[in-house]
Amino acid sequence: MIRFLSVVLLGLIGVSMSAPAQAEEVVAGLSQEAISITTNFDGSEILIFGAVRREAPPPGTDPMQVIITVEGPSHSVTVRRKDRRFGIWVNTDASEVDSAPTFYAVSTTGTLRGALTQTEDLRHRVSIPRAIRAVSTGVSDQEAFNEALIRIRTEADLYQLNEEAVRFREETLFDTQIRLPANLVEGDYMTRIFLTRGGEVIDVFEQAIPVRKVGLERFIYTLAHERPLMYGILSLTIAIIAGWLAAAVFRYVRG
Amino acid sequence: MQIYLPIAEVSVNAFLLLGLGGLVGILSGMFGVGGGFLMTPLLFFIGIPPAVAVATEANQIVASSFSGVLAHLKRKTVDLRMGVVLLIGGLIGAAAGVQVFAFLTAIGQVDLLVRLCYVVFLGVIGALMFVESLRAIRRARAAGDAALPQRRTRGWMQKLPFKMRFRTSGLYISVIPPLIVGLFVGVLAAIMGVGGGFIMVPAMIYLLGMPTKVVVGTSLFQIIFVTGFATLMHATTNYTVDMVLAVLLLVGGVVGAQIGTRIGLKMKAEQLRILLAIMVLAVCGRLALDLLLEPAELYSIGTGGGH
Repeated sequence: MIRFLSVVLLGLIGVSMSAPAQAEEVVAGLSQEAISITTNFDGSEILIFGAVRREAPPPGTDPMQVIITVEGPSHSVTVRRKDRRFGIWVNTDASEVDSAPTFYAVSTTGTLRGALTQTEDLRHRVSIPRAIRAVSTGVSDQEAFNEALIRIRTEADLYQLNEEAVRFREETLFDTQIRLPANLVEGDYMTRIFLTRGGEVIDVFEQAIPVRKVGLERFIYTLAHERPLMYGILSLTIAIIAGWLAAAVFRYVRG
Repeated sequence: MQIYLPIAEVSVNAFLLLGLGGLVGILSGMFGVGGGFLMTPLLFFIGIPPAVAVATEANQIVASSFSGVLAHLKRKTVDLRMGVVLLIGGLIGAAAGVQVFAFLTAIGQVDLLVRLCYVVFLGVIGALMFVESLRAIRRARAAGDAALPQRRTRGWMQKLPFKMRFRTSGLYISVIPPLIVGLFVGVLAAIMGVGGGFIMVPAMIYLLGMPTKVVVGTSLFQIIFVTGFATLMHATTNYTVDMVLAVLLLVGGVVGAQIGTRIGLKMKAEQLRILLAIMVLAVCGRLALDLLLEPAELYSIGTGGGH
């Protein structure tokens, strides 16, 4: 209880300290305004860089920290668990996670725990477990399902926690690189940059990076979803022609 | 060279796909089977989402069987009448199969069903073929060249109504067994992303008693239309046919099939059958292990809401 109160108090102090002066501000840029998924798309890297603008000397003695998050579009997902039934492994339990980002990366200057208090994490949904939203669905161990979701996506490089990946240069300049894997889902990727001192958020900078299929990819995707019957017939025709051509070429080569 | 597949939404190596297509093509050319039962699990393995793999494989099978059917038509080794009967069953089966697929995806059991189907069918058919071809080889050795493949028609099958004459196959049987075979294969085409040749070919030989000569051409004829129909159903209901993936697999597959056909011509029917049996059993064993051994990751992620 006492700890909870003190956290709230600290939070209030944090707000009151940052509110009046807005002493420090984040100014940032991204190496790419938009990401195009082309036919030879093989993942991408974005460079995020920025500076801290100050109008007064740095307040207090707490070191300044920067946390950068990149978040892909969120969908609901079903997480299933296998169990042994009649000697074989079968999906038995399932749990719905209402909203989980398809991609989520957190990069920090120090450790995430050191750069952000629990309360601030809860408010801004910064850490990976906070970024997914699971309403209790009656499964007794919902937590295990959430952890599994994070584990699987972390292994696929879709969820990344890169501690100490944001570098400070000359005290107020910082930059980091974030790897985007090849299996990106289309949508707006929200980039947030948090400036914290003593675990309290001082300033937030937000910018969306649109990730879109372009060219042939765009054309095929749109056709498949908007005119599925025509797309189906077209795929069959193209496949048949391609198959026939390949056979003809092969016969010709063989003489 | 990495290539981003627009519908599957993953990036894979184009040469890997061409190679996979070629390898499966060689096997399919040798044995006269579509190769879907090998390709679909391989696609899962390289990270293509199962729904896309199944639908795209159906598309690829249409195209890869097309040149085969043309060749068989030219050689007059297609029993068109039998093909149409099988096809009617197949279309009904495919329509039902797509619905079953959608339902099982919703309750998260599609993976299990697909695997169980593979294990059961491949196991039974592989074992049957293995024993039968061993016996045939032994008979051939014992009796020299005089041994003829015996034609077996079951007693109960003669009693079924709606008899029809299939001149090319030299059969006078009821249409019910071929209809059921076709139906069954149609369901499998939609659910497992296979042409169903590995079920249909043995069923035609052992159950319907068709001559081996027309079996491959006739099964290809049925497969083309059933998988074509399944492709359209998947494209319009699930939007999961990946054109780029299909074309890549196909180009490799067609070249492979041409090579495979040539290899197949040089081998004896029994040898071919025993090889196919061993391969079928190997795939079956691999899939059975997956079901029996404790998986490294007990959890899996399925798509919850819409896209």
